[in-house]
Amino acid sequence: MLAYVIRRLGILFLILFGSSFILYNLAAISGDPIGELRFSDDPGAAQAIIDLTRQLSLDVPPPLRYFIWLKGVVGIFWGKADFGLTRDSLSVATEIGNAIPVSIRLVFVATFVAIVIGIAIGIASALRQYSRFDYSMTFFAFLLFSLPIFWVAVLLKQYMAIQFNNFLSEPKIPFGWLLTLSSLTAVFWASVLTRSRGKFWMTFSTVFISTAVLIKTLETLEWFTNPRLGPIAVFIFSIVIAFAVTHLSVGLSNRTALNSSLTMSVFTLGWYFAIQPIFNSQISLLQILGLGVVVILVATITALFFSRIDRGPLIRTTVLTALLSAFLIVVDKYMRTWSSYMSEDAVNYRPVPTFGQSKPLLPQEDYWIRTLDILVHLLLPTIALTLISLAGYVRFSRGTLLEVLNQDYIRTARAKGLTERTVIMRHAFRNTLIPLTTILVADVVGIIGGAIITERVFGWYGMGTLFNRAISTVDLNLLMGVFFITATLAVLANLIADLLYSALDPRIRAGSGK
Amino acid sequence: MRVFKFDKNKGTKENLDLSGENAIANKETAGLSQSQIVLKRFLRHRAAVFSVGMLVSIIIFVFSAIDSKIGPISINGWWKHKTDDLPPLLYEGCPGGTVGCPTISMRPKWLGGAGIALGEHPFGQDDIGRDYFALVMRGAQRSVMVMFIIGFFAATIGIVVGAIAGYFRGWIDAVLMRFTDFIITIPSVIIGAVIGAKFGNLGAAVLAVYLGLFAWTGLSRLVRGEFLSLREREFVDAARVAGASARRIIFKHILPNAVGVIIVSVTLLLSGAILLETALSYLGFGVVSPDVSLGLLISNYQAAFSTRPWLFWYPGFFIIAIALSINFIGDGLRDAFDPRQKRAISKKERLRAMVGIRNKE
Repeated sequence: MLAYVIRRLGILFLILFGSSFILYNLAAISGDPIGELRFSDDPGAAQAIIDLTRQLSLDVPPPLRYFIWLKGVVGIFWGKADFGLTRDSLSVATEIGNAIPVSIRLVFVATFVAIVIGIAIGIASALRQYSRFDYSMTFFAFLLFSLPIFWVAVLLKQYMAIQFNNFLSEPKIPFGWLLTLSSLTAVFWASVLTRSRGKFWMTFSTVFISTAVLIKTLETLEWFTNPRLGPIAVFIFSIVIAFAVTHLSVGLSNRTALNSSLTMSVFTLGWYFAIQPIFNSQISLLQILGLGVVVILVATITALFFSRIDRGPLIRTTVLTALLSAFLIVVDKYMRTWSSYMSEDAVNYRPVPTFGQSKPLLPQEDYWIRTLDILVHLLLPTIALTLISLAGYVRFSRGTLLEVLNQDYIRTARAKGLTERTVIMRHAFRNTLIPLTTILVADVVGIIGGAIITERVFGWYGMGTLFNRAISTVDLNLLMGVFFITATLAVLANLIADLLYSALDPRIRAGSGK
Repeated sequence: MRVFKFDKNKGTKENLDLSGENAIANKETAGLSQSQIVLKRFLRHRAAVFSVGMLVSIIIFVFSAIDSKIGPISINGWWKHKTDDLPPLLYEGCPGGTVGCPTISMRPKWLGGAGIALGEHPFGQDDIGRDYFALVMRGAQRSVMVMFIIGFFAATIGIVVGAIAGYFRGWIDAVLMRFTDFIITIPSVIIGAVIGAKFGNLGAAVLAVYLGLFAWTGLSRLVRGEFLSLREREFVDAARVAGASARRIIFKHILPNAVGVIIVSVTLLLSGAILLETALSYLGFGVVSPDVSLGLLISNYQAAFSTRPWLFWYPGFFIIAIALSINFIGDGLRDAFDPRQKRAISKKERLRAMVGIRNKE
């Protein structure tokens, strides 16, 4: 195994060396770094050319200049890597260091949401193969595959930001919209949940009426300008979560797990009141994460208290319920911050921005307002990225699950008399996740350098923007710096994906010959 | 009744039981050749068949609308305007004081509209009065052309590299696959941007050739995998014993057996190519002005969306229509070539099978 990893790493270095050499020369012939200065009338231009030439060693031909760059980068092995300077005499390393967190912030949420929703839809449509739901989800996925992201982005800016802000200034939902929203929701849930036509219309009408009533109630309560959940809604949602998690994780017939999860719902109600003073004082992200750890600990202890045997699944269920419920409390806090965020001068009652990664004029003292601002700025780019990458996960998880469901061990599991839930969740779903890990690793890394267009449309300053700037100004050091990071991550991700795959799937052994 | 069918993927004879579980699905394929089965299955995928019609009509429409040149053939367009005409900007009947709005009317007279008519400028006009219909047609021509050129080069290189690596194995395989890896490490947008910045002004065709030279990696890996498994099969041994050359075995014996995987993957490559071209043009690294492409049109007029949305909608619709049809064709082909794919069996058929009525087909 070790030999295999070492061999792979060796090849990795050769590949990185080769491709960076090719890219350097390609980029060098793609443009002239001092082209503009050559035709400039500015008296300082001649001096600027001389300075730039000296600073970036432009007098050395590109194939040799590459090795000057390489010499700096190889320093990474003895801890003083030198990525060179950009054209504006800034350190490439600092520029990249500033850009990476922005890119990660942009990409992480989008990937996470896309995976969760994508897998859920993919599995639902695989379980309803050749149903109307399946066909419409297939169409939806292909439609998303065919959308250029910048096109989606412009639409989102118009409808999710400008028009939505208009709506928020006077939150009245017209009757036509009410009907459309309710029927879309109803069609979706009815086709996910039911198989026969009679049940379909029953579910449809139930969901339709309840959605319409809910929207109307929220409207009359002016919830859209002043959203909140409150302790009662948090408690009710938390009970729903407890039932849902237990059902999916161990089945509702497991009373111990259900009791343990419901206990967490009661705890959540207690936490709700206990946590408000802490939330209202000065708080940081680290403290919130710390509270999360406390929640996990309490949930684990509760689960241990409830169970005598088969503790693993029980702890899993309880912890998941507790975390999701605790998350609701945080959501509630953000909702309560909303109206004061809206009334800030910098926001001025138009909360959804079309551009930028935060509002610089916003006061920075309050943690909740500051982070809400970041979240709001994340909204549009995240939706755009999610829509684009959702389709891949839907198709992939659908295909894999269908393949798994055709396997003999599924037939065996059914023949043993296991419940359908156990067959799907424990036997089929887990094996579907194995191939997903490989595309996940590749995706995350690919996206770090790959959100070029999204960053540009929404005015974010991440790796994509750096790269964009590097190409258009022929800034070789910057380009190579960005490339070095993304390519190294890509190759490493491939290696990790292979190792992970062989660890998860015992049928495959990494490095055991061909 | 029992029929034996050769399963290409497993390399075993599969016992097809015509009276058992899969009776309905299996009876249809009995006695047909591979290509007949594939065609039959493809025709059953209604969305895919519709998409073929759609794609073909879009291509014919787009290339006949305004002057175009495909290799030696020149086509004189039937549309009255050309991309470089400068007719006066029309403003009659435009909403909110804008100029150059679309004159197309889809609402028949009996519904209270102006009747179905194209008018002078069906898609409107751009800032300086150029006919937007002509521009969109030119852009779509460029995008389709770029798509096919990228597809052609990527497919050729990918198949050859994958076939050689998979067939010869050993050091040839190692060298070719490491080479493939290194092309993979460079993200396609980066390659496109570097190439576009250098060759974008040489015209869309040159750009497409260069992009094609870098787009073959995924296909070659796939073909290699297919060759690795196919080369161990008996018919390859038979050909070798009969004295066939390596070239003959690769192209005449193995390649036709791998064609399913290749075709599917190439269609997906095509839809990726059209999006790559639009993305690059959008970033300004692809097709550059005065040439026109769909991505470039969207990029130019995205700020005009709230006042003149038609400048944004029409090119977008063409991109989506083309990419969507190709994706559906790819899906249809995948279903058609996959021997494990079972089709949906309708209630009527199940009922008939249950009560034992023989299907007359």
